[in-house]
Amino acid sequence: MSSMKLNDLEKKLIAVARANPPSDRVPPTFEKRIMALITARPVQDVWAVWAKALWYAAAPCVAVMLLFSGWAFVESSKHTQPPTVDLAQQLDNTLLAAVDQSNNSGQ
Amino acid sequence: MERTEAELIAAVLKGDAASFEPLIEKYSPRVFATARRYARRESEIEDIVQEVWLKAYQKLGSFRGEAPFEHWLMRLAVRTCYDFLRSHQRNRESAFSDLSEPEDDWLDRFVHQPGAAREDSDAAQQLVQRVLQHLSPPARLVITLLEIEDRSVKEISKLTGWSVPLVKVRAFRARAEMRKILAKIAKDKYL
Repeated sequence: MSSMKLNDLEKKLIAVARANPPSDRVPPTFEKRIMALITARPVQDVWAVWAKALWYAAAPCVAVMLLFSGWAFVESSKHTQPPTVDLAQQLDNTLLAAVDQSNNSGQ
Repeated sequence: MERTEAELIAAVLKGDAASFEPLIEKYSPRVFATARRYARRESEIEDIVQEVWLKAYQKLGSFRGEAPFEHWLMRLAVRTCYDFLRSHQRNRESAFSDLSEPEDDWLDRFVHQPGAAREDSDAAQQLVQRVLQHLSPPARLVITLLEIEDRSVKEISKLTGWSVPLVKVRAFRARAEMRKILAKIAKDKYL
């Protein structure tokens, strides 16, 4: 079949489809069936949906936490040298910096 | 006194589910006609229409009333039909060698005497269905809306949620796909 004929066939088939629109018949008592389904459905509890979503989110969160913990552990074990300044001492200095400053200015 | 659509929708949103029934009665014929364009078996058609109405009820809160309810509902119907097509793609790969005898005769008549091949014959309609069934879901949707229902690209964009350029690209691909299928029919039959 030539390409010309194929184009004609395409047009003809489209014309066939246009000339024969589908039926709009509705089965008897269809709306009653839908209404029965609608009224039988439980009302969705928003809090239940939220709790379910939180449960779904818990597993990935734990996985991420474990991943980062492992990574932090591996990184810390690489640097075995003790820090030059004690971390507790640094924190102490930072927190008490304002008190020290006021003491110095008072003298 | 008969209540308007806006009143019915407002009542449903306030919790009066029974007010939804007149909407189902009024628009079901249109939804059924749309579903019958994409599915053949009555059980599948009823499932599609049922899903459309259940979605419409659940999502009624998102209907803003700026456009007619019918437009909103038809968007929902077309998208549900598209989902149906995507989940029922398995039949697309069958060969065309199994054309029925009346379909074969209709094609012969068309090749030798195009005018004699009647548009209202059952064989022609079966052949159209066969060709449409072999199209990919986006191609079938575009061909149906653009060529068969004669809708504009803008309308299709609104119905499907696709952008206008995407509709144009899909229409171009759909026509190419259809020509390929027709060429395959011709090859199977005449070579």
